[in-house]
Amino acid sequence: MPTGIAGSSALLRRRRLARFAPKRRKKEIKVLVQETTWRDWALVALPYLWMLLFFLMPFLIIFKISMSVTEIAIPPYSPIVTFKEGAMQIILHLENYTSIFTDEDGTYLKSYLKSLQVAFFSTLLCLLIGYPIAWALANCKTATRNVLFMLIIMPSWTSFVVRIYAWMTLLKRDGLINDILMVLGIIDEPLHMLQTDFAVYVGIVYCYLPYMVLPLFTALMKVDYTLIEAAYDLGCRPVRTFFSVLVPQTRSGIMAGSMLVFIPALGEYVIPELLGGKGSILIGRILWQEFFNNRDWPLASAVAIVMLTILAIPIVYFLKSQRKARERV
Amino acid sequence: MNEFISRRRSKAARIGILTLALIFLYLPITMLIVYSFNASKMVTVWTEFSLKWYGVLIHDDAMIRALGISLTIGLLSAAASVVIGTLAAFVMTRVHHFTGESAFMLFMTAPMVLPEVITGLALLLLFVTLGDLVPVFQERGIIAIWIAHVTFCSAYATVVIRSRFIELDVSIEEAAQDLGAGPVKVFFLIMLPALMPAEVAAFLLSFTMSMDDLVITSFVAGPDSTTLPMQIFSSVRRGLSPEINALASIIIAVASIGTFIGWLSLVRKQKRMEADAAKAAEEARRERERLKA
Repeated sequence: MPTGIAGSSALLRRRRLARFAPKRRKKEIKVLVQETTWRDWALVALPYLWMLLFFLMPFLIIFKISMSVTEIAIPPYSPIVTFKEGAMQIILHLENYTSIFTDEDGTYLKSYLKSLQVAFFSTLLCLLIGYPIAWALANCKTATRNVLFMLIIMPSWTSFVVRIYAWMTLLKRDGLINDILMVLGIIDEPLHMLQTDFAVYVGIVYCYLPYMVLPLFTALMKVDYTLIEAAYDLGCRPVRTFFSVLVPQTRSGIMAGSMLVFIPALGEYVIPELLGGKGSILIGRILWQEFFNNRDWPLASAVAIVMLTILAIPIVYFLKSQRKARERV
Repeated sequence: MNEFISRRRSKAARIGILTLALIFLYLPITMLIVYSFNASKMVTVWTEFSLKWYGVLIHDDAMIRALGISLTIGLLSAAASVVIGTLAAFVMTRVHHFTGESAFMLFMTAPMVLPEVITGLALLLLFVTLGDLVPVFQERGIIAIWIAHVTFCSAYATVVIRSRFIELDVSIEEAAQDLGAGPVKVFFLIMLPALMPAEVAAFLLSFTMSMDDLVITSFVAGPDSTTLPMQIFSSVRRGLSPEINALASIIIAVASIGTFIGWLSLVRKQKRMEADAAKAAEEARRERERLKA
């Protein structure tokens, strides 16, 4: 782990130097660090404004609309601020949130829990499948590694919907997997695989596996293999070596990969819609239905806000760890 | 001896794991391509070889129109994302500390991890709200989709370009500045050529992301601007059709050729760099010997 002087950022180093420098120079150094010229601002402006306008603003608007109710109008929700006889009224409806949490059938809560469960187990599956792949990849000769790396990335450059469609044809009642199992005599009757949770897991793992393999591979390439040899020499068994030497060294990769799978999987819509059945009502599907089928924009916004609240912790954690990795460079 | 056995075993394990992984990744795609050449209307029952479904695909006007829209948006989004990504990467690596820096970082990385349904809903509601002020947003056509795509594509472009920015040698820029080049000249003559591979990679990545996006586009797009993934999705929802197999095969072919070319140029560059390094070391050795003599 690069800690201490080697791992500290340039700013820290400057500050440390400043502490030992004569008093007079301190001011100078401070100016050097903090001053931003107008030219810098001009450079920051375009990306910054773009993101403020098209990324931060929308979230404030979602929050606002989640406090209104549906109306048959264009746009289909009630205004929050109204002027009536010279008085300004601000009406904040909380119905959408109460209906999410106190719904009689518990549809919303159930689908939140179901989404969390599906996202968690798909992340775990991706980790269990992705780790050996990343390890095998990292231990290949450079030329072979280049080829294999390309082969593993390539499917993710093809269309997402097409990849899901491919699994639909494979998992069908008269699809290839059932045919093979029947010919081999393992089953007598075709298995019902499409439109089950099993199919959803297969789809998520298939589509998100590269996102897990990439950070793991990067982490495994940096591992100090002499430590593993040392552990072996000292009589450590492979399983223990794995958990006490390899896993701690690749922790950043494991966390980054897990977040890259967990966060998008939680809001996944296309995979449960095409591969899942009536039972796999995930929260992404609920949001979509509320929005497109019921045209209940305020409720859809409230569903999104609750989802964001659930995701806040993993997202902030992920961004922080990314930042830390950036500063180490 | 012991070590030899364990190494051989580890090689066998490696080959086994990678074979299984490649089968898992490529079996669905291969079956898709095989059945696109099937004459039968059934996607899973093989009858005989035929190119019928490719013919059907070419005459599917809705699909071709959707492809046109997707290509237009893809190219426009990729171009804009590269510009924004370059600026953002420059700011992140060269301008170290400014007010609101952490918010900036958040904006540039968050679109990559947020679930697409949230981003899509957020952007649509923004367009509806802004529609009263700016009529462009009202129609929810190509421009609205383009803005939505640039918002998430530029995040990916920034990551790619930034990783190249870090490797750049600042002293060359400083030398150019000392010799009297202005900042604009330094950027176009010194930095941009060195950044070119990353710019190309970011362009391709943004283009692919934009071409492939379904969820965000579905939220933002109006009824007249159906993109290719939306068209595929609605026809897949209606049921399996060999026409989709044919289209999928073409997409896969284009993507694999693109990836292969990209990979080839990357490997070639790597080799050239290694050769250059060896040559430089050789020259340095000769120089030392000459000085000694």
